[in-house]
Amino acid sequence: MARLYAPPAFSLRFVPIWRRNFLVWRKLAGPSLLGNIAEPLITLIAFGYGLGSLLQQIDGVPYIEYLASGAICMSVMMAASFESLYSAFSRMHVQKTWEALLNAPLGLDDVVLAEMLWAATKAIVSGVAILGVILALGIGHHPQAVLVLPILFLIGMTFASLGLIMNALARSYDFFTYYFTLLLTPMIFVSGIYYPTAQLPDWLQSLAHIMPLGAAVNLVRPLLLGGWPADPWADLAVLVAYCAAAFYMATIVTRRRLLK
Amino acid sequence: MNRTLRYGKMSFSPVPPRMTEHAILAVSNLRKSYGNGDARMTVVDGVSFNLRRGECYGLLGPNGAGKTTTLRLCLGLTEPDGGEIRLVGRPIPAEARAARMRVGVVPQGDNLDPDFTVAENLLVFGRYFGMEDATIEARIPKLLEFANLAAKKDARISELSGGMKRRLTLARALVNDPDIIFMDEPTTGLDPQARHMIWDRLKTLLAEGKTIVLTTHFMDEAERLCDRLAVIDHGRLIAEGNPRDLIAQHIEAEVIEVYGDNALVWGESVGRAAAARMEVSGETVFCYVDDAQPLLATLSNVPGVRYLHRPANLEDLFLKLTGREMRD
Repeated sequence: MARLYAPPAFSLRFVPIWRRNFLVWRKLAGPSLLGNIAEPLITLIAFGYGLGSLLQQIDGVPYIEYLASGAICMSVMMAASFESLYSAFSRMHVQKTWEALLNAPLGLDDVVLAEMLWAATKAIVSGVAILGVILALGIGHHPQAVLVLPILFLIGMTFASLGLIMNALARSYDFFTYYFTLLLTPMIFVSGIYYPTAQLPDWLQSLAHIMPLGAAVNLVRPLLLGGWPADPWADLAVLVAYCAAAFYMATIVTRRRLLK
Repeated sequence: MNRTLRYGKMSFSPVPPRMTEHAILAVSNLRKSYGNGDARMTVVDGVSFNLRRGECYGLLGPNGAGKTTTLRLCLGLTEPDGGEIRLVGRPIPAEARAARMRVGVVPQGDNLDPDFTVAENLLVFGRYFGMEDATIEARIPKLLEFANLAAKKDARISELSGGMKRRLTLARALVNDPDIIFMDEPTTGLDPQARHMIWDRLKTLLAEGKTIVLTTHFMDEAERLCDRLAVIDHGRLIAEGNPRDLIAQHIEAEVIEVYGDNALVWGESVGRAAAARMEVSGETVFCYVDDAQPLLATLSNVPGVRYLHRPANLEDLFLKLTGREMRD
């Protein structure tokens, strides 16, 4: 039992597993990248110009800029979640890729670390694609915008870790619908993506403050709009805490599932 | 290669039966249970065996006997409740990862990467062992030739037949040039041609000095390939040895299978008294005898029966040791 709760083992053995996933992705990179660009482009234009023509300004910025600077966090969260849920589950449970990995001189901790970093990689690819769209729309032309890249990667790692917990608990793909509809979607609505959290009741606002997506938006939005986060260390602490705790938990529940 | 050659090599450096230090795989008093409370089930219950370098060792047993769990324990993929395992000189599970550097595994179900070509499957798997791409690339043609898949180098996995997939899985298990290969039911689901090809490849590997441990349901496969085998039932090792020796030791030399409308009546009235041992399975009467001639002489005059006379084989031994009831 001691081994079940042991801290995750970190080593470079994750690299060949990460490269395996990368090689699969590279074969389908074209359509995948196109989707990464088209989806935010359509959403931003539709919501930004459609809703934006009614709303005009929120917190002193045009609605499309307000939306774009928050939606990038949501897209990174979704990309990390899809990869760590559906794709990881198919590698673990359906294709039995993990079984093959564990027959090689790799440990389960290496597999979990590789899947987490891979999902974060997919998330940052999606994040960079959206950043390109945002820049092309004339938003975020500020030097501090470059700081969002490491933050987006941290957001990816956090939601990849949370997703891997669900992955280890899932019996089938259906299970993931609960995670999306009961956890991620409500979080989107309290995290100030579409509208400021100031509109919400106090108790929801305080809840939003300790949500990882809320912390992510607090960090990314000001940087993309040419300002600075109000309380960067607190928001970073929230993200890092979620990331570390979720990764440890994901490691434990995955061990419990597969090392019986 | 032929078997006498291999035995010849063995006798060159005689191996005492319980020489744990030099065994490539040494398992002693292994135990594993699953579940809690009333649902607790002992799957492996005090199993011990030692594998000599260069031999083929078979684990035989009905479904649920504990074969696959024993393999998983040996590879360090699950923690034993008790007992000791040493694989290629390393304690398991403590140093399982390091031990697996020298091990190849052919799992029960194919888990090839469907997104990759045949050659990419080998390349990617080699990287898991920390091998350089150039080293793996240099090995791939040899591995493909061994698996008779050279023409399929760039084929996708979905284009391969069941036999080809098995051969590729075998080639993949050899990418790190292992000393010992674990195979969980290597020919289940294959047609006879494909099975013969796998057997041929396994014999080639044995001739090269590799050690093989395999589980199987096929008695002909075990008899053909294994230098020694263990029969496992209810998590216990109930017999171990060379297939021919085990048959000689546990059962009568010859078998007469009697079937036809009158077989059961004949069995109860004549067969049971005349045979050393008799078993009935469905419509067939199995008479086990050391000398078949007296029974055969009487049978030739009995109306309504047909019969088959053959030497006792591993299946007879297996059924005697584990019973004829279905296991599910």
